[in-house]
Amino acid sequence: MKKLFSKHPLAACCLVYLLFISLMAIFAPWVTPYSYETQIIADKLQGPSWKHWMGTDTLGRDVYSRIVYGAQMSLAVGVLTSLFALALGTVTGAVAGYKGGWVDQLLMRVVDLFYTFPSILLAILITIVLGRGAPGILLALGLTAWVTQARLVRGQVLQAKEMAYVESAKAMGVTDFSVVWKHILPNLWGPIIVSLTFQIPTNIMAESFLSFIGLGLQPPFSSWGTLANDGFRAMRAYPHLIIFPGTVLFISMLAFNYLGDGLRDLLDPQSRVGTGI
Amino acid sequence: MIHYFTTRLGSALITLFFLAVITFFTLRLAPGGPFDTERATTPEIQASINQQYGLDRPLIVQFADWFAGAAKGDLKTSFQYLGRPVSEIIFGALPNSLVLGGWALLFAVALGLPLGALAAWKQNTVWDFSAMFAAVAGVCLPSYLVASVLILVFSMWLHWFPPALWEGPQSYVLPVITLGLRPMAILARLIRASMIEVLRSDYIRTARAKGLSQGSVVMKHALKNSLIPVVTLLGPIMANLVTGSFLVEYVFEIPGMGKHFITSVINRDYPLALGVTLIYGVILISCNFFVDVAYGYIDPRIRVLEEGA
Repeated sequence: MKKLFSKHPLAACCLVYLLFISLMAIFAPWVTPYSYETQIIADKLQGPSWKHWMGTDTLGRDVYSRIVYGAQMSLAVGVLTSLFALALGTVTGAVAGYKGGWVDQLLMRVVDLFYTFPSILLAILITIVLGRGAPGILLALGLTAWVTQARLVRGQVLQAKEMAYVESAKAMGVTDFSVVWKHILPNLWGPIIVSLTFQIPTNIMAESFLSFIGLGLQPPFSSWGTLANDGFRAMRAYPHLIIFPGTVLFISMLAFNYLGDGLRDLLDPQSRVGTGI
Repeated sequence: MIHYFTTRLGSALITLFFLAVITFFTLRLAPGGPFDTERATTPEIQASINQQYGLDRPLIVQFADWFAGAAKGDLKTSFQYLGRPVSEIIFGALPNSLVLGGWALLFAVALGLPLGALAAWKQNTVWDFSAMFAAVAGVCLPSYLVASVLILVFSMWLHWFPPALWEGPQSYVLPVITLGLRPMAILARLIRASMIEVLRSDYIRTARAKGLSQGSVVMKHALKNSLIPVVTLLGPIMANLVTGSFLVEYVFEIPGMGKHFITSVINRDYPLALGVTLIYGVILISCNFFVDVAYGYIDPRIRVLEEGA
């Protein structure tokens, strides 16, 4: 942590910003002047002012409050889907890499299949089946992201398998499960954290994308994507409705990316994870 | 090489088959049907409609029927646009999407390549930092924000370009920029990284030792070799263009494939949704296939590794 601050001040600033945003989202009721659904019809479609920092929307709702509440959903979706993908990917990758042989072959064929499968089509199909809403989004984004993790973990496990400490653990009669769980995986947390830092923004962006084209979260839930969708319809006359949520998303994406770059330099210098793909 | 080629082709075809299977059955799992209307219809009418369109048969029979047709190039007729063959709808929409994607790719290369080369050439200078900030921003900017700002500035205020629709080259400009920005940024970052690596190699040192200027070293010697890793990125970039085109077509109201996919899935127009998915699948999977083959050709080590396994 200290090293991050001294060597990568920019990444550290990004970390502070992201923590700040997360705290705002968690304590939304206390840091917003209005609730996300309070409608003040008399104030509708105003530009930014002292009363409404980022203006109001077509129903007279305060845009700033809605963005803070939207952060709850956007961040939660980003983090949860990435953790889901991480869990699924780590188990698959670790089993495939450690077992080798036909297990590896089979699992990697499945991973390859998902990898070439156009992920956006899959995500749209899943959201249609499970209904537009939080569960559909979570599964759709989780299922399209896990293959990257699986490939990463498998590669790392394959390397670690040849190391002396793994051999000695095996020689002492440690079970396969413990070798992987207690000996190999703890050594991989560097690359895993780095890839997680790049996965979260990717998923936040994907959620906002799905919500923007109307296939994501539905009212009363709101995220940055649904706010932008609402804003787009009124954009021609009231640009602040899309500029503010879009800019907040943009800055958060930048922060995640710079944080990821910094963490990679620190924790996982050889890899090239997240070079913008 | 032939063995490598055939295994790749085989796995591409298998992926395509699974794509069709998964799309077909997920669509059917989804609640609702193509002929649900606001008005209540009697079960008899529903049943007779279903019978007419063959929707009362077991799913597996329907799939086999569809697949047999698709293998011969017959994608059936749409439910939504009654009587219009799916292939006709697709070939009406595909050119628009291809033109959009093609120009966006051109935009990405034309801007991303010099940007990346410039950053590598002037490494760790203001040029480098600004070019790389532009590249990071390009990846991080949500495309609806880009589209909104472009529409506001260039069509609302300056009246240079139309804000939507797909009528003539004038209307291409804003959608192409919106779609091309992300691949442009990805390319710029990759080219910078790969060129910096190339600039450290021996033959570049030789070129420098001969007294060539930095400019001619970069343009004449380094650029060509730093393009090799770009080949691998063609797959992700194509996927990016396809994904992006959904949003761009939605925002600019372009009558392309993305629009048809979204509406057909929402309306449960099974034949059209399947047809569009299949075309997307063919495009993306063949891109990956060509990348694999091209890479095996450029870098024989990959081929040998696979054949050995």
